[in-house]
Amino acid sequence: MSRRSPAVDGALDVVRAGPGLLVEDLGRPGWAHLGVPPSGALDPDALRLANRLVGNGEAAVGLEVLLGGLSVVASRSARVAVTGADASIEVDGRPQPWGEPISLAAGATLTIAAVRGGLRSWLAIDGGIVAPRVLGSASTDTLTGLGPEPVRPGARLRLGRARPPAPPAAAVPRTTAGLVESVATLHVALGPRDDWLTPAATRAFLEQTFAVSSDSDRVGVRLEALDGMALERGRRHEELASEGIVTGAVQVPGSGQPLVFLADHPATGGYPVVAVVDRVDLWRCAQLRPGDRVRFQTTSAPSAAVSSGKDR
Amino acid sequence: VTTEPIFRTAGADAVLVDLGSRERAAAAYRLARELVGRDELAARDIVPAATTVLVDGMSDVAAWRAALTAEAVDAAARQTADVAASDPVVIQVRYDGDDLAVVARAWGCSADDVVERHTTTAFTVAFCGFAPGFAYCESDPALPAVPRRDDPRPRVPAGSVALAADYCGVYPRPMPGGWQLIGTTDAVLFDPSRDRPALLAPGTVVRFEAR
Repeated sequence: MSRRSPAVDGALDVVRAGPGLLVEDLGRPGWAHLGVPPSGALDPDALRLANRLVGNGEAAVGLEVLLGGLSVVASRSARVAVTGADASIEVDGRPQPWGEPISLAAGATLTIAAVRGGLRSWLAIDGGIVAPRVLGSASTDTLTGLGPEPVRPGARLRLGRARPPAPPAAAVPRTTAGLVESVATLHVALGPRDDWLTPAATRAFLEQTFAVSSDSDRVGVRLEALDGMALERGRRHEELASEGIVTGAVQVPGSGQPLVFLADHPATGGYPVVAVVDRVDLWRCAQLRPGDRVRFQTTSAPSAAVSSGKDR
Repeated sequence: VTTEPIFRTAGADAVLVDLGSRERAAAAYRLARELVGRDELAARDIVPAATTVLVDGMSDVAAWRAALTAEAVDAAARQTADVAASDPVVIQVRYDGDDLAVVARAWGCSADDVVERHTTTAFTVAFCGFAPGFAYCESDPALPAVPRRDDPRPRVPAGSVALAADYCGVYPRPMPGGWQLIGTTDAVLFDPSRDRPALLAPGTVVRFEAR
């Protein structure tokens, strides 16, 4: 575990924190066997991109902003970038580009106001935020409370020393525009426990449309079947012993309403996981708003998930 | 009868290895950790649970299949028996739990007998879950099963020593819980600043002592 703290150079004063402002980096993988969630930015690629845009290492500590409402002032001049949700960004009232480096003068106010599409934005500042690391990460884990407290208005976050400017990031930030219309498709691989669903429930899982529930959070996106077809488990009277959970796991509890686990998911759980969302689609889950529509599309043939060591 | 582990797909870079029994899951976990420790195989997380081991953040499922065969797991299980004889972690307990009488009723004995039995049993940590450092400790032979409370407590104090099913666990922090409380300890179960953050990591042998 790294104990090195980067040199502090200035501070970021949080004037308004919006409905949810968290310190996040790329999380604390590797501790799941002790019951520790991976945590970290809900869309790690968006944080990586923001960091590259300001010349940071990809794993530098940034801010995860829920639904805008953010207003911050840096005590030194800074290079910043905002990625993720399609939001209106301003410096002292002047519009700024999304997904590009922005120059922020000392004392100037950066705001992320209305979010037009999606839910979460990531803000990177050159030099990164300096925060104590717990198990190697400065991420706030909302399930277990590991890492820093959520950021409140009036907070003063320490900034690290910026590295010499790096060449601008080459990657094109992906747009969240596709999310504001129609239905988000999440590609899944069936398994490990798709055999717990009846054939009719597997069809219902793959064919109907779900709505995102308002109690979704960093632990998971909770879904409600719009066509009223709860996912009936074939083994209703059996209990599954606890087993390990991956990020993107689609769990079906007794209610039959599925839940897609995100970064703050528990390490183990006792309800069957019937499918896992492809890594490339996980960022969509970070942007789904309550009421948004979701469909699942399989990338694997049903019930092809099981094989034994004998037939390798 | 020796059955091969079942490898169940858990997305593109993880596999859930179903061992079918607690003993073989524990052995497979130990074997998997050793293989990664020796750089023979790679994985980001290896997560043991009741009868499964999740290998997460891996790219070579064929190599994992070749390594975690029934034969290899059974060989590891025989070694596990030797490890169990090693120095246990000892946890000092005040047997003052509110549910001691409930457990005594479930076991058909006195509260003193519960303490006697609990302090003379060697437990092994099967897996962690529920909260960082919350260990599911099992014993061989297993303790008689204890039902979970119908009405979980909204807040169980840190250090509570508790039973549910045939597992024993210690609450690392205050949190809601439905396990039956038999005592309390001052031991620090989880401290992320320690080299070994969890006092009771999977595979650890643990004994409880009355104080």
